[in-house]
Amino acid sequence: MSGMRLAGGGPVIPNFGHPSACIKHNGWFCTDWISKHWGDTLQPALIQHIQLTLIAVGAGFGIAFVLALIGFRWRVFDAPLASFSDLLYAIPSLALFQLLVPLTGLTVTTVEIALTSYTLFILYRNIIAGLRAVPADVLESARGMGLTRLQTFFRVELPLAAPAILGGLRIATVATISIATVAAFLIQDGLGAPIFDAIGTPDLFKTELLVSGGMAILLALTADFLLAFVQRLLTPWSRLR
Amino acid sequence: MLAGVFGDAFRFMPNHFSLLLEKTGETAELAFVALGIALVLALPLGLWLGHRHRGLLLALSVSSAGRSLPSVVLIGLGIGILGVGFWNNTVALVVLAIAPILTNAYFAIDGVDRDVVEAARGMGLTETQILTRVELPLGLPLLLTGLNIAAVFVIATATIAGIFGGGGLGDIMARQVTYGLGGVFAAAIWVAGLALLTAAVLGVAQRAASRRMAPKT
Amino acid sequence: MRTEAAELVFDEATKVYPGRDGAAVDHLSLTVPAGEICVLVGPSGGGKTTALKLVNRLIPLTSGYIRIDGRQIGDYDVAELRRSIGYVIQQVGLFPHMTIEANIGTVPRLLGRPRSWVKTRSAELLELVGLDPSYAKRFPAQLSGGERQRVGLARALAANPPLMLMDEPFGAIDPIVRGRLQDEFLRLQSELRKTVVFVTHDIDEAIKVGDRIAILREGGKLAQYDTPQRILEHPVDDFVADFVGQDRGLKVLSLRKLGDLDLAPGGRHSGDGMPSLPADSSLRDALAVLVAEHRDSLLVVGADGSPLGVATRKDLIG
Repeated sequence: MSGMRLAGGGPVIPNFGHPSACIKHNGWFCTDWISKHWGDTLQPALIQHIQLTLIAVGAGFGIAFVLALIGFRWRVFDAPLASFSDLLYAIPSLALFQLLVPLTGLTVTTVEIALTSYTLFILYRNIIAGLRAVPADVLESARGMGLTRLQTFFRVELPLAAPAILGGLRIATVATISIATVAAFLIQDGLGAPIFDAIGTPDLFKTELLVSGGMAILLALTADFLLAFVQRLLTPWSRLR
Repeated sequence: MLAGVFGDAFRFMPNHFSLLLEKTGETAELAFVALGIALVLALPLGLWLGHRHRGLLLALSVSSAGRSLPSVVLIGLGIGILGVGFWNNTVALVVLAIAPILTNAYFAIDGVDRDVVEAARGMGLTETQILTRVELPLGLPLLLTGLNIAAVFVIATATIAGIFGGGGLGDIMARQVTYGLGGVFAAAIWVAGLALLTAAVLGVAQRAASRRMAPKT
Repeated sequence: MRTEAAELVFDEATKVYPGRDGAAVDHLSLTVPAGEICVLVGPSGGGKTTALKLVNRLIPLTSGYIRIDGRQIGDYDVAELRRSIGYVIQQVGLFPHMTIEANIGTVPRLLGRPRSWVKTRSAELLELVGLDPSYAKRFPAQLSGGERQRVGLARALAANPPLMLMDEPFGAIDPIVRGRLQDEFLRLQSELRKTVVFVTHDIDEAIKVGDRIAILREGGKLAQYDTPQRILEHPVDDFVADFVGQDRGLKVLSLRKLGDLDLAPGGRHSGDGMPSLPADSSLRDALAVLVAEHRDSLLVVGADGSPLGVATRKDLIG
């Protein structure tokens, strides 16, 4: 467990043979360390982080969509499903990771299950809210024009809910990128690994923290921006209201 | 294996009851001090901005920044700048809690029906009276939702802070060598319980507030 | 444009909502001849909207029959039935995520018309309802309330339905625009000759728009079904007389135009500032002018401004 490295001690600056002055003084932004470890640490961690996020958000969206359809179609299921996703969201990430370990071990699966369950809260609520917000007059005219139940769903309700659904996807993605850094408590995966590594170093290695943490923040902001762009592209009408 | 871990955890609880209580107290203290400071800092600002219908961009960027800041990074920065202790974690938690409180306070007040506010103003209520007697009660459900999110967020992060020397239940979770897997598991169950309890209490308050608001069927 | 219209028959049509006392629509029987506008009017609780929605089966009949061109509505596939009936509602219900063109093309697309056909058709319909063809690519949020209702009308006409149902179509629009839309609707109808069922709570609108008016009283009972003229001149009972109003005598005047009168010649002596009105003005408007200007007669002029004759106060109210 990576938390153990706290007690483990070891060299002040890991993985480095001939430290520069900047590194010796534990500077905030040592470019030589960054260029040396981009290839073996930072870039792989970034790619892993993106994978962790994509899988969690993808699975979460699939599950949340099915659950939201159930809660939308049969209102009795809405309250229990909403409470269930609220409950999952309230459990602290570290505890949820830990509680899953006896079931699925110190694996990526454990991490993905936890990350996926966090996305449900945001996605379920947004999908349901989007579907419910379709105005009554729009539904009445759809029915009056002879659209079948399925046609009404696919041509009217779903497209009208799209801004809310994409908005939820945006929030869920950004939140998952942030929470995924905690996964490094269990496994050496994602940008959390160098972050934990930096904090676990006696005296805290500042450059590694700043660069890997900054990459996580930049990744979140980039995802936010890209999804906002997709949202505008797919629903040009939604800005007019 | 599962039964064994659970068995260990539930044996650990009575044997180390006072330890768990003490560590829960530490986590709760850290979380609620941070939440209190964040409320004092963010609530008046959010309410005022919402009342003036200004600062949409600020509210949106604070909420987006709050979501994209990984808590681990904030804790790390706190240690890097302030050193290990109570205050580095408190600062990190305050920063994290400000986002949901500020944005929800803003949107809660900003979203109050303008006609109702107009009517109140026409009846001669002062701006402060409008805020406290009209907008605040009407915006309370959304405000409490923000507080709920912030509380859950802060407890989760206070736990993480524990593994980096911040004390509390996270401290037990990071020391498997000392406390064994049963101890780690017991601490995880307790912290989950603490968070769920907090969320449940605030959830009840939030539902009570919104039911009072909208008695329609 | 191909014009076709269907005859609509209500035959003892009844709607009873479960768990509610009394009927919403009670044994309603009336026939709307093909190509005519039938206005359903009455106080709230009269079941006018319910009666309308029975026709396209948005509300199912409890008992009785409704037939379109002799065929019972229950015999149609419900989607097929609704696609063959134009439906216009007060809130319009345009699809906010679709362009105006896509909105208008909804039913034709469902019926399998190609995109190119829809494009031509929507341009044609936009022109028909008095909107610039450039509106085709806009979204509903970019239009004013009056413009949206025009699009709603165009959308209902898109598949050239033989029957139109209109539920307070101009109810949410300000009075000036409403008057203009009513005029344009009547002009359109004079070309298209659809069968129209039109619901309103406004007796003046009913008189202006309807070829026939059905007055429904509370409990969904038909009080009177007749032409506007006969309803105003011979209300069957106190309820109808009361509903059409104390000024029904004046309202009758609004049904006739100056051009309908036998005018006395005498336009040449009009140099003394006698008020003049076009021949298509209603007798009611003409009387209003005489009262306001303290005159006994006015000059009736043609569309080109040439004098047609003189109408006196007596001519108007005689």
